Amino acid sequence: MSDLLTISDLTVRIDTSRGPITPVRDVSLSIPKGKMLGLVGESGSGKSVTAMTITRLLPRRSVHVTGGRIEFDGRDLTNLSDRSLRAVRGKEIATIFQEPMTALNPVLTIADQVAEPLRVHLGLSRRQAADRAAELLDMVGIRDTARVLRDYPHQLSGGMRQRVMIAMAMSCEPKLLIADEPTTALDVTTQLQILELVMDLQQKHGTSVLLITHDLGVVAQTCDEVTVMHNGQVQETAPVEQIFEAPQADYTKRLLSFLPSSRPRTREARPADEAPLLKVSDLVKVFPGRRRRTEPVTAVDGVSFSVAPGRTLAIVGESGSGKSTTGRALLRLHEPTSGAVTFDGVDLLGLSAAELRAMRSRMQIVFQDTYASLDPRWTIERTLAEPLRLHTDLDAAGIRERLVEVMELVGLEAEHLERFPHEFSGGQRQRIGIARALLLNPSLVVCDEPVSALDVSVQAQVLELLKDLQDRLGLAYVFISHDLSVVRLIADDVLVMSRGKVVEHGTVDEVFAAPKHPYTKALLAAVPSPDPRARLDRAQRRELVEAGTKEAVA
Amino acid sequence: MPDTALQTAPAARPTTTLRLLLRNRLAVVGLVFIALWTLGALLSGLSPYGATQPGAGALLQGPSLAHPFGTDNFGRDLLTRVLAGGRISLWTGLIAIAISLLIGVPLGAFAGFVRGRAGGLVMRLMDMLLAFPSLVLAMAIAAALGPGMVSAMVAVGIVGIPEFARIVHGQVLSLRERDFVEAGHAIGLPGSSILIRHIVPNALAPILVRATLGMGYAILTAASLSFIGLGAQPPDPEWGVLISDGRGYIISGEWWMTTFPGLAIATSILGFNLLGDGLRDVLDPRLRTSK
Repeated sequence: MSDLLTISDLTVRIDTSRGPITPVRDVSLSIPKGKMLGLVGESGSGKSVTAMTITRLLPRRSVHVTGGRIEFDGRDLTNLSDRSLRAVRGKEIATIFQEPMTALNPVLTIADQVAEPLRVHLGLSRRQAADRAAELLDMVGIRDTARVLRDYPHQLSGGMRQRVMIAMAMSCEPKLLIADEPTTALDVTTQLQILELVMDLQQKHGTSVLLITHDLGVVAQTCDEVTVMHNGQVQETAPVEQIFEAPQADYTKRLLSFLPSSRPRTREARPADEAPLLKVSDLVKVFPGRRRRTEPVTAVDGVSFSVAPGRTLAIVGESGSGKSTTGRALLRLHEPTSGAVTFDGVDLLGLSAAELRAMRSRMQIVFQDTYASLDPRWTIERTLAEPLRLHTDLDAAGIRERLVEVMELVGLEAEHLERFPHEFSGGQRQRIGIARALLLNPSLVVCDEPVSALDVSVQAQVLELLKDLQDRLGLAYVFISHDLSVVRLIADDVLVMSRGKVVEHGTVDEVFAAPKHPYTKALLAAVPSPDPRARLDRAQRRELVEAGTKEAVA
Repeated sequence: MPDTALQTAPAARPTTTLRLLLRNRLAVVGLVFIALWTLGALLSGLSPYGATQPGAGALLQGPSLAHPFGTDNFGRDLLTRVLAGGRISLWTGLIAIAISLLIGVPLGAFAGFVRGRAGGLVMRLMDMLLAFPSLVLAMAIAAALGPGMVSAMVAVGIVGIPEFARIVHGQVLSLRERDFVEAGHAIGLPGSSILIRHIVPNALAPILVRATLGMGYAILTAASLSFIGLGAQPPDPEWGVLISDGRGYIISGEWWMTTFPGLAIATSILGFNLLGDGLRDVLDPRLRTSK
């Protein structure tokens, strides 16, 4: 089998305001004709830079290829003029991106955008292009093509937008499709459908695919070969089964060991028979519409649950399910519309503003994006000292002592206190977020997607930390997540939400071993398993997911 | 994309801001203009001639070594008068901007944080102020207060209020949705502390830029008021007064009486505008990486 694209010894230099960096060093990889190559790595590994260098999509002024060749179909792309490269781009090599909303032009209809490459590259007339656009949308599984063609990007769902992007990418029947994290921004059920679509198209048209992703599960379920990158260098290239069963490079082994599914549940859950610490009944949150312009939205619709001390309840759902709103409403960060929340015997909704502020020390929240939750102008010390000044009588020395203690508790050092938020890595910031939540010795912590933005290795460390702290301090967690593999690892009880309602509620073993609701079954079936031999029967899986999502909508 | 190394620059700290500002050529030109006029204003008292007493030299002499800017119709040295005028004009600008800031920033912050009826009412009042042509409004206020330097300062200051209120209002509206504000609520901070300690300081950068640009505008408006007799009064050497004094001599050929004060106004405004533009570039992290 000959290779369609061969990259040999590629080195890329980027000039930044803080001096030149080399994000890609001596990278070699090849994509066989008609096959799918997965390019895997954590953030900063250079995988996206490598892919974008192929079609020279990075700014010319600051990005330079300092060595190596990119051979595509008998030509060296690094030597092509911009003009000849434009003919290759879109026609022979098409790219789809992570976030289709930003890749689509918001002021043009879908019809205009899908027709553009057809007219530019294939020279079709306006009418021919319009007909072909409808065919393409049909090909990517969009049913109501006439309506979608008339729509603007913001009127479509994320999955639909990604389908449109794929339709545009496939419009000129490219030989190579570069997909840069194409499903990272999508829900699992939508992710499954998009990946299925890419695989179908690949088989039908014989297109080669370069799939860039951080998700080893996605790779296991789709790719033929895998290249693992780390720190700008290739660690290992091998067929997919071999990568998962007999990894050679140390880095690959480490990466695999971080997978939530490869790590056992170790913790013994505290019994659930204690009096609940938190009791939520019939919680409702309606966001009022803007007068005359939009309808009111019922984000949370009659949610009830309770959490015993020292236990973890996971709230699982896809985007828009109301899981985050539930977490914020029970803390009264968003004022609930109706329902009751009892925390340690106190009716939270009956408290005055001042009483609630005093109560805040006992119930805390960890945000998904800790960077955004820290005041960018304040040092960590100043930020962390604020709650202590507010809720305790500690003097400056006492505050400093407590800060150092908590920093050590979450695995940071005292000297980190003088730094600003932007001087930390994502994992360190999450530790700071956790430190802030723990400062006042709370008994309940709401964790809103605390590890979603983190690389797998960092994710593993932060989850370990959360579990360890729970054991030592007896914390109760409400753990909000869309990631079922993480939930299986950390939760004792699971609440599955869809469209603001609870569809399933049980212990983690019950829900994962014997899901009752079709939507839960669909969610579980859609999670990409990091085992290439466990590629489920695709037809069967598709059926499960379709049944479940239909049920969730109804 | 978190993957590429081209991340935006982190929040600036004062030292880096100053360093970057000094690398911006146009901003340095602006700083030089401002520094020259400030220095001139400080040193004008050392001049051998008085700024207001007549009779330093012959009447209506053109520029010469003894009188580089010439003399006016009372024989006063024009260079001394222009430099001394800088003191009045710079003070006017500073005090007017201070008035705009002290009233506009709290109003905008309040309206953005509270929103609802009260916030809407404040912003509609600001819109009403903005609806008047600013010079006409300034004239009306100055006339109502009675001619004089102080009323010119107050008039220019009041006219500048809505501008700052609107900027702060917009900033607060977007900042209040940020996670670190919610984090403040989550630890139990009262709303006023969140506003004063977390929101307003993060809104300062655009206010600083606008205040710098506003200085030039305030100097011009104050000079305009003086020119038509509503601001500083002769014999005070305010720049608008100097131009007004020289107005009658343009046709008879004594060009220096209007030209030098005019250049003073133009260069000082240019200085503040260049500095303001430079500050905007330096304080905007998105513009910082493209260099």
